[in-house]
Amino acid sequence: MNVAPKLSEKEYKKNFTEHVTPFNRDAAVAEANRCLYCYDSPCMDACPTHIDISEFIRKIATGNMKGSAKTILSANWVPLTCAKACPVEVLCEGACVFNDKQEKPIEIGRLQRHTMDWFYQEKPSLFTPASPNGKSIGVIGSGPAGLACAAEGVMLGFDVTIYESNDTPGGLDTWGIAPYKMSQADSLTEVEYIKSLGVKIQTGVTIGKDKTIAQLEEAHDTIFIGVGLPQGKNISLPGSDLKGVENAVDYIAKVKAEKYSQVDVGRKVAIIGCGNTAIDAATESVRLGAEEVYIIYRRGKEEMTAYWFEYELAQKDNVRFFWLTNPVRIEGEGHVQALVCEKMELVAGSAGERKKPQAVSGSEFSLPVDMVIKSVGQDLGDHFLSGVEKLEIANSRIKVNPETFQTDNPKYFAGGDCINGGKEVVNAAYDGKKAAQGIHAFLFPTTAE
Amino acid sequence: MVDLSINCGGIKSPNPFWLASAPPSNSAYQVCKAFEDGWGGAVWKTIGAPVMNVCNRYGGMDYAGTKIVGLNNVELISDRDFDLNLKEIAETKKRFPNHAVIVSLMMESQKEIWEDAVKRTIDTGCDGIELNYGCPHGMSERGMGSAVGQVPEYCEMITEWVTNVSTIPVLVKLTPNVTDILPPARAAKRANAHGISLINTINSIIGVDLDSLAIRPDVAGKGSHGGYAGPAVKPIALHMTSQVAADPQVNLPISGMGGVSNWRDAVEFMLLGASSVQVCTAVMHYGFRIVEDMKEGMATWMQEKGFKTCDEFIGKSVPRIAQFGDFDLLKKTVAKIDEDTCINCNLCYIACEDGAHQCIDRVEIKESTKLQPRVREEDCVGCDLCSLVCPVEGCISMVEVPRIKEGSITWPELVAKLPQPMTWEDLRAYQKQYGIEIH
Repeated sequence: MNVAPKLSEKEYKKNFTEHVTPFNRDAAVAEANRCLYCYDSPCMDACPTHIDISEFIRKIATGNMKGSAKTILSANWVPLTCAKACPVEVLCEGACVFNDKQEKPIEIGRLQRHTMDWFYQEKPSLFTPASPNGKSIGVIGSGPAGLACAAEGVMLGFDVTIYESNDTPGGLDTWGIAPYKMSQADSLTEVEYIKSLGVKIQTGVTIGKDKTIAQLEEAHDTIFIGVGLPQGKNISLPGSDLKGVENAVDYIAKVKAEKYSQVDVGRKVAIIGCGNTAIDAATESVRLGAEEVYIIYRRGKEEMTAYWFEYELAQKDNVRFFWLTNPVRIEGEGHVQALVCEKMELVAGSAGERKKPQAVSGSEFSLPVDMVIKSVGQDLGDHFLSGVEKLEIANSRIKVNPETFQTDNPKYFAGGDCINGGKEVVNAAYDGKKAAQGIHAFLFPTTAE
Repeated sequence: MVDLSINCGGIKSPNPFWLASAPPSNSAYQVCKAFEDGWGGAVWKTIGAPVMNVCNRYGGMDYAGTKIVGLNNVELISDRDFDLNLKEIAETKKRFPNHAVIVSLMMESQKEIWEDAVKRTIDTGCDGIELNYGCPHGMSERGMGSAVGQVPEYCEMITEWVTNVSTIPVLVKLTPNVTDILPPARAAKRANAHGISLINTINSIIGVDLDSLAIRPDVAGKGSHGGYAGPAVKPIALHMTSQVAADPQVNLPISGMGGVSNWRDAVEFMLLGASSVQVCTAVMHYGFRIVEDMKEGMATWMQEKGFKTCDEFIGKSVPRIAQFGDFDLLKKTVAKIDEDTCINCNLCYIACEDGAHQCIDRVEIKESTKLQPRVREEDCVGCDLCSLVCPVEGCISMVEVPRIKEGSITWPELVAKLPQPMTWEDLRAYQKQYGIEIH
């Protein structure tokens, strides 16, 4: 592969340093005091975990940091990750009433980070788990859904063990968030905190390989599935076996190891797809030293699934967008040398359907590239879950009761990307917490409402 | 062009903005710098008997992220030599003949000492003398400052000593640490003072440190009450200024102060009777440069209002000062919420619900999870709390309700009208005729 020249450590550091800086105490208090302390706080509704935002912000203003942390953690077990990885522009901050006043919304994400940075620094004791209730939960996957279920489970008196196939826990919190948004250390800090509550984590254990479904069912009263969407969707593209073709999630995880000089990036890189993961792959390529980075998307800009602020970030990084462009094949001698594309046009679909892209005949062109990163979504893949009875999976989503997060097999509960097709960390955090409550209500029906 | 010049009790200055007798007017260096920056006058930091200061001497009150909404101090009068001060005052006046230089004095309560100090002060060429009867800490323990201001007889006696020998205007500066500001003001008048300065600082403890439990400011583990000033004291100062201005027995020019931070504050003091205003805390916070906006802002306001000179608006709001017994009890207003500009924070709802009269409902908005506050006008008592808490300018307004029956009545008139002793039933029946119902 035509590998882009490596950068100096200083350049890597500059490129991958978190771009949102922390508040110092005075600035946090000033921002907290700007909050109106709305009686009906739309930010709280907009947060999938319904953190009492105006309350935790008021507590920053009064210097009640412990109370602020308690307000946050009572609703969300991975709040530092959420503070840094949440698309706040479309969630809490997007709902802030200041938007209606044509003023800058309260910087909720940064304030939450301020509280959580304090909390993980000071480590005051906040919660006491309920006395053991005699039941156990086995949690598959240590991403945000699994961590939230485990933490909430321990608080409810369960004996909880998380099984994680990777050697480093945290799932996408650890491996999937662009380093310039959050470092791996932050995710591991949250994992450590959850462990300190009494959650056991076994890393390097793959269910279906190192431990069978039967063993798991034997060991635990209930099982929570929080496996995310481990497999990159593959689009069949001739030339995909060439050296230099990668899957976006795997590529991002490689970068996330934070040993930047060890990650080879092509001089010219094409990303296929235009979701938020595609943007991460593109911006990270630029920051690793790629000279030209293209995003190839078969639909128009209006239809991209990436958030506008992610798109803007990529633009600032000089990523070039090819709208209405479809990849046809990858060409090269042993390694990628070009991506052949064709131009698309949108034609009316059948009634009620969105317009469909259709190839423009004779529009084929060849884009010289050294690397192709596929980012067209993730799916559940083919694995141990097929051995679980009565588990209904459709379109890469495990079917659950939306209130209790119980699957059709009553012993199994699930949450996070594997039930929603791929959303935010904060959604997974909510699912996991609610699932633990669902498990409790299921196993101890008399104590439930 | 408007004319900002004023005459306060015979003391003329090119504009009404004077430095108050305080740390910013401690030296010729400071006063000259202030004059160069545009201040119209300065009351020199009080000179008098020997003193020694302590550390720390100031305490700030911050609120909701705003620094120094109030400032207190246990600083004493000038700790520089009396003669050195006089020398610098003379030099300053020589350099700035058209600016007002007033010398604040605080001497031990002996006639000869005061007379000597007054004569030597006049020799500097200064424009006036201000008698400091206000300092509420330190000096008062030595029988000076507010120890004088709190006893009208002392106030009258010492003022008389001064006015008998003074050839220049004498202002008497009063302490607010009294139950009624009028007796000391009237005492000053009886003793032939030329004007009243008010208010001096208010007795206060600025706070307690939650870690060390020490009183702030902390003087080697001990704290004491200090003089409170700054934006937070303005309403108290405005009230006392208006009382003195409205009192026919006092009838003296006023130099107003207490929380004046900008031209708006200054205009308010002047509308309530002050012909000059004095500033300290705002200068201690931001420096002399604030005077530029003060002059410009006041001049612009005067132009907009059609006032050519300060005299045209000094005291203009004083006739509006009334008592509760003068109020028309039949005026009725209700709150109106502009639903287009409302941001649905519902601060008005919770303020009314928990803090007032439970007359705002929240109604669902179509295709939204937000709730719209809506006033139940028939229950609204017109208290104005909702509009005060509303963060959107102009969103909530108090609208006068047309009277269902002509008429107006004050409480004394009502007392005369209804059978006595008044019963709640009789009062309710009367209110009902005018559509006033209290739930």
